[in-house]
Amino acid sequence: MNTVSRLDQRFAALKSENRPALVTYITAGDTSFESSLEILKGLPAAGADVIELGMPFTDPMADGPAIQKAALRALEAGQTQAKTLEMVRAFRQHDQDTPLVLMGYYNPIHRYGVERFLSDAASAGIDGLIVVDLPPEHDEELCLPAARHGINFIRLATPTTDAKRLPKVIENASGFIYYVSVAGVTGGQAPTPQRVEQAVGQLREHTQLPIAVGFGIRSAEQAATIGRFSDAIVVGTALVECIERAATPRDAIEAVHDLTRELAAGVRRAR
Amino acid sequence: MTQNTMQPDHNGFFGSFGGRFVAETLMPLILELQAEYDAAKQDAEFQHQLAYFQRDYVGRPSPLYFAERLAEHFGGAKIYLKREELNHTGAHKINNCIGQILLAKRMGKTRIIAETGAGMHGVATATVAARFGMSCVIYMGSTDIERQQPNVFRMKLLGAEVIPVTAGTGTLKDAMNEALRDWVTNVDNTFYIIGTVAGPHPYPAMVRDFQAVIGRETRDQIMEKEGRLPDSLVACIGGGSNAMGLFHPFLGDESVKMIGVEAGGKGVATGKHAASLNGGVPGVLHGNRTYLLQDEDGQIIDAHSISAGLDYPGIGPEHAWLHEQGRVDYVSITDDEALEAFELCCRQEGIIPALESAHALAQVAKLAPNLPHDHLMVVNLSGRGDKDMLSVAHYLGDKFK
Repeated sequence: MNTVSRLDQRFAALKSENRPALVTYITAGDTSFESSLEILKGLPAAGADVIELGMPFTDPMADGPAIQKAALRALEAGQTQAKTLEMVRAFRQHDQDTPLVLMGYYNPIHRYGVERFLSDAASAGIDGLIVVDLPPEHDEELCLPAARHGINFIRLATPTTDAKRLPKVIENASGFIYYVSVAGVTGGQAPTPQRVEQAVGQLREHTQLPIAVGFGIRSAEQAATIGRFSDAIVVGTALVECIERAATPRDAIEAVHDLTRELAAGVRRAR
Repeated sequence: MTQNTMQPDHNGFFGSFGGRFVAETLMPLILELQAEYDAAKQDAEFQHQLAYFQRDYVGRPSPLYFAERLAEHFGGAKIYLKREELNHTGAHKINNCIGQILLAKRMGKTRIIAETGAGMHGVATATVAARFGMSCVIYMGSTDIERQQPNVFRMKLLGAEVIPVTAGTGTLKDAMNEALRDWVTNVDNTFYIIGTVAGPHPYPAMVRDFQAVIGRETRDQIMEKEGRLPDSLVACIGGGSNAMGLFHPFLGDESVKMIGVEAGGKGVATGKHAASLNGGVPGVLHGNRTYLLQDEDGQIIDAHSISAGLDYPGIGPEHAWLHEQGRVDYVSITDDEALEAFELCCRQEGIIPALESAHALAQVAKLAPNLPHDHLMVVNLSGRGDKDMLSVAHYLGDKFK
């Protein structure tokens, strides 16, 4: 691919601004296609620099209770892989610049058909994929085919990924590296900033790719602290909980955008 | 069949099935487990310990029993029961648990976790954890907790903490999700004892190896009793560990026919079943690619079976491979057929089988009458039915008023 990806462009622009990116996660179709699309459309204006859109799956084994429930709400409302791609196409009618990454598990992609999925995702305007249950040992399944479609494959590095394994994890990664700040599921305990800073430093010895930090980050304050030494911070569970708590779809949309604005202020005072 | 197809490749694939589809956090742990297991296989002291506990603690070898009255009743094949239900804790599950806890000890782990459906694997895990002085947490679906109360009590008595899983439908698959979430959170001290020939590599091959003692003993025993190999082997399949344990040592013997019996629930055509091979398509769940019950969108469909131990929407990857190779026949038996065979075994042989094993017996009821008297058929009686009294009373209660 000769074209510079949206992710590369966005991270380059933020680097010149000397601030970390805010990456926000919501599950597609939570709690309905329409309200989820409304949330999605308003995220860039509220301050999200990169959007992660969750593909709901019945058995999200790396997710904590909040995102598990979000997936079930979305499925209950009739969300499918096809509808998630439809949502992305609708988003792209108004926004050509914000990088959009799909996050989820392999089986729904496997069932959709890898080649068909990648070509539909590329034409819908997807920039990257985060697929939790595809370690580098299985790069030929989706990571390498995705590259052929010009879609970045974002790799997770974790506290258990040691220096010996790191080169393998990074080898075919593109877009950015997602550092999982605590061993555990999403929405768990808060990471210790000193330990995360050390880990991010170690990652930088192995890669030029931007490094995002996620898992357990919920507040603007944490975003500012972690954003001081990382290229992006990822918030998911806290946003998804806004949807869970909301009494009406309108409340959910407002609550997600409000929290996004707070977090955006957090990353802007990180350095 | 070549040696190649009997061992997974370096990424844990049997053909296109298996693999290591797990989150990165677990990858280093799984690679370490594999290295330790490879070393243990070569370690005479480990093998000696394993043999010792299998003999003096589990009570192996389990008898190969000529089920004379059942054979007479069917009027065909000569039926042998491999009496795994006589093992300590009442099922084949402990064969694997003993192996894995020795490995956990070797790796310096202090905390054991496991998932359980019918509770037999949970009981076997709680048992070995007690014996080796390790703390133990068992994840069990809330639906299963309700229908397997005696086993819940047994686990608690053995010192395990039983955590009810309400996510999803509260059955085995949800318990496995929750165990994986525990493992990803407690990476330093915890060993996950998976109870069946599924999960990420090396579990399918490792669990199979620990269960293969069933088939090896059967081979020796039938040679001693009959002077020749059996003509057919029959075993029930949820994840498939008792079947794989019986089948594997015979895979290279072309004359030995093998039949795996899936749980047909209310019938495969009704959609209410647990027959992954007969009613599913390949997909990826719980660390491996295999046949899964799933919808058009790749969402996992809940399994249904009267037997909690078979109530799982997947199957071990090696079974998926043997299915595609045509080496093993995979059939299904309904809840009603299993109950009928359950009663028959009680009355004819004075053996109360587990509802799981009753599925295998129901298939025998279909096959045996049409086979000649010199046809040697071995059925894996994988567990005893004491745990199922409440469920069976629910279904057959009226009959015994």
